[in-house]
Amino acid sequence: MAQPRVQWFKFSSPPNFYDLSGRLIPWFGGLAAILCVAGLYVGFVVAPPDYQQGDSYRIMFIHVPAAWMSMFLYVLMAVYAAIGLIWRVKTAEVMAKAIAPTGALFAFLCLWTGALWGKPTWGTYWVWDARLTSQLILLFLYLGYMALHGAIEDRQRAANASAVLALAGVVNVPIIYFSVVWWNTLHQGASITVTSAPTMETVMFVALMLMTFACWMYAIAVVLWRARLELLERERRAKWVLERMGGKA
Amino acid sequence: MSALLRALMALLRRDLLLAMRRRQDALVVLGFFVVVVSLFPLGVGPDPQLLRSMAPGVLWVSALLATMLSLERLFADDFRDGSLEQLLLTPQPLPLLVLMKILAHWLVTGLPLVLISPLLGMQLNLDGTEIAVLMMALLLGTPILSLVGAIGAGLTLGLRGGGVLISLLILPLYVPALIMGAGAVDAVMYGSSPDAHLSLLAALLIFTLLLAPWAIAAALRIMLD
Repeated sequence: MAQPRVQWFKFSSPPNFYDLSGRLIPWFGGLAAILCVAGLYVGFVVAPPDYQQGDSYRIMFIHVPAAWMSMFLYVLMAVYAAIGLIWRVKTAEVMAKAIAPTGALFAFLCLWTGALWGKPTWGTYWVWDARLTSQLILLFLYLGYMALHGAIEDRQRAANASAVLALAGVVNVPIIYFSVVWWNTLHQGASITVTSAPTMETVMFVALMLMTFACWMYAIAVVLWRARLELLERERRAKWVLERMGGKA
Repeated sequence: MSALLRALMALLRRDLLLAMRRRQDALVVLGFFVVVVSLFPLGVGPDPQLLRSMAPGVLWVSALLATMLSLERLFADDFRDGSLEQLLLTPQPLPLLVLMKILAHWLVTGLPLVLISPLLGMQLNLDGTEIAVLMMALLLGTPILSLVGAIGAGLTLGLRGGGVLISLLILPLYVPALIMGAGAVDAVMYGSSPDAHLSLLAALLIFTLLLAPWAIAAALRIMLD
């Protein structure tokens, strides 16, 4: 007898998504908290100071995951936006919208911690390094997406229009990145390279990985939470919402 | 095929005619460009060497802002009088129609910027070759600005404060054109060849020409839905 296949598409229907995410959020949230505590402990207590940078390098444990997350979340947002635009999946539209603030938060966090790290290490809060510049532009892209979403009152239209913007952005991100890198190497301003960092010790690597997974879990929990609320608001007249909220149909 | 061509030419002629009837719209954009560039020396001081080294960036950023200003008009008038809706209903492919509208827009606002740039270049102490490269770069770059900007114009159609919103949406996407365009003039200023920059700018133009009309068409369909 053949096993019944898992109906993945089941979870794209709003009520199923709502129930499943409600059960998953505490797990992701809890994991995020545990991993964060473990990562910070390893990063701040177990890991030795760097022989060049002293203790200031420890900001990397939040800076690097934030940079990774901000870039990855933008691509993920564009993927959800495309799914929403092409197949008209309401849950995907909601997910794309829910990812944007978290992505912007990570982009901002990355810039902020980078500035704090730059002051003791490079002697300045900001240099027009290629990575910093493209991260700043990524933050602008997030802000533009959120601004457009907020400016259009009709929810369906807002979702579709900002999906087009997210896709235009994701096509542009590599072009922007390479042009900024090229611009930077031509302008030889402050020639500081982040790439030639010495190889990392295992303890530091473990701390970095713990923090990366903590950021992942946090992002999943918060995005699902935001998507749930958005779904409730969008579907507030639907029967499933009234059932779950204890109202009368 | 000839019906399509006829339709496209008719649209182009109509848009150019409308622009000729309202010459002021195009002239205001040009005036803005000239005034902004002329204000820079007042802000940073009249040192010729400083102005010269800043010239590529100043001219390009001003061209960017001037294009930005003109974008709000691109679809707004047609949207208000309903002719944009008629355009969407025609059997001709929308991306091509949109491309014609952008061509008209560029002829009216982008090309004048290119033509007046030598004058402003001289004002900022650029020499002959640098001005030639500047014009070449603007000639390749301003169509990119119009094409990418039209996506923003489509997406903000009929919104309150659309003009300000366009700039937040679109200016980050202008970064590659800005870098290549200003870089070409920089390169020739420091005695190297601008070919690489100009080739990349041309490649970017072709790429944008290929993809932007579809994005704009999608944006218009969504906002007029």
